[in-house]
Amino acid sequence: MTRHIELVVRPIIDSNPITLQILGICSALAVTTSLSTALTMCAALTVVLMFANGIISLIRNHIPPAIRLIIQITIVASLVIVIDQILRAYAFELSQRLSIFVGLIVTNCIVLGRIEAFAMRNAVWPSVLDGLGNGIGYSVILATVASIRELLGTGTLLGYTILTTVRDGGWFEPLGFMLLAPSAFFIIGLLIWLVRSLKPSQIEQSEFRDLAQGKEMRS
Amino acid sequence: MTQHFLNSIFNENLALSFFLGICTFLAVSKRMETAIGVGLAVIAIQTVTVPINHLLYTFLLGKGALTWAGLADTDLSFLRLISFIGVIAATVQILEMVLDRYAPALFRALGIFLPLITVNCAILGGSLFMVERRYTLAESTVYGFGSGIGWALAIVGLAAIRERLKYSDIPEALQGLGVAFIVSGLMSMSFSAFARM
Repeated sequence: MTRHIELVVRPIIDSNPITLQILGICSALAVTTSLSTALTMCAALTVVLMFANGIISLIRNHIPPAIRLIIQITIVASLVIVIDQILRAYAFELSQRLSIFVGLIVTNCIVLGRIEAFAMRNAVWPSVLDGLGNGIGYSVILATVASIRELLGTGTLLGYTILTTVRDGGWFEPLGFMLLAPSAFFIIGLLIWLVRSLKPSQIEQSEFRDLAQGKEMRS
Repeated sequence: MTQHFLNSIFNENLALSFFLGICTFLAVSKRMETAIGVGLAVIAIQTVTVPINHLLYTFLLGKGALTWAGLADTDLSFLRLISFIGVIAATVQILEMVLDRYAPALFRALGIFLPLITVNCAILGGSLFMVERRYTLAESTVYGFGSGIGWALAIVGLAAIRERLKYSDIPEALQGLGVAFIVSGLMSMSFSAFARM
């Protein structure tokens, strides 16, 4: 049982797919200008990840290795189409604001990465939990970025006005900047800095420093 | 059309303003040569697949596209994700074979990057944007070429900066990935300065 809990909890900070493994940021950052679109995207991705992991794990012993990528992509694409159609039917306005980014879950590296690395080798239930954990890990980062951008960019959260005293952060003069693309890069960069300061084991070694210490440089 | 071309390179840069293909963008930008290789591969695939997908969408998948076959009411547009991915994977495969046969030197240089391109969101994103913005065939071709160039320009620029950054004294926890994001943010700002060109 503890192993199952660990499967869900570990990817949230310790091996977070975004900050540690640089997976799946592709389609993610563009939807973080407001919290509501980000949360929709998180839900969509988590559902796709859980189902894809579960289904692939079910048939993992019957997939010929040579054509496994095609099978995986087809299954993921079918799941994404279903999600996309559901969003169009029940939340049309949100799906318009998400534009092409729900479709891009197909090429999201987290999904293919987890299928390849986990679901192909594990039983169904752990795979589903692994999908859930990674989905939550992704959601935590996405929701954080979206909250910062929406709060500092427009002073609202989920559309409700929050008191503007939060905006005192000096150098953020033109707050409209938070709604532009570069701010997402900066926020993720700073988040990675924060996570890695708290978890020094995630720090990447500098090639130059290795050289300075007389170690052989990896070339 | 020139406006449209420049726009797709700078203002609507796939990597820096739509965050497409960022995984590849960050993962293979540590060295200049590899960045140039991936950049060229993206330009080639993007220029070919966007027009092909445009034709596919106009004559098979879109609403009313099957009128020529007597099926005016059929709307297969929900199949576009699977079809586009199929086209992209097939194009990559064909390009690989053609290069292997006629330009072995180029094939050796690009070889390992081509399969990677199949799951690059910039490629699929380009085709999906083409559908969403209702480009004509000519516009799609220009858009495919332009957005490919824009992506390549961004990754080559980032690689050049990161090669220099290796020797600078960056806070330990910010090294590698963290600083790459900050640099991309700065590049994204400079690219958007071309917005009114």
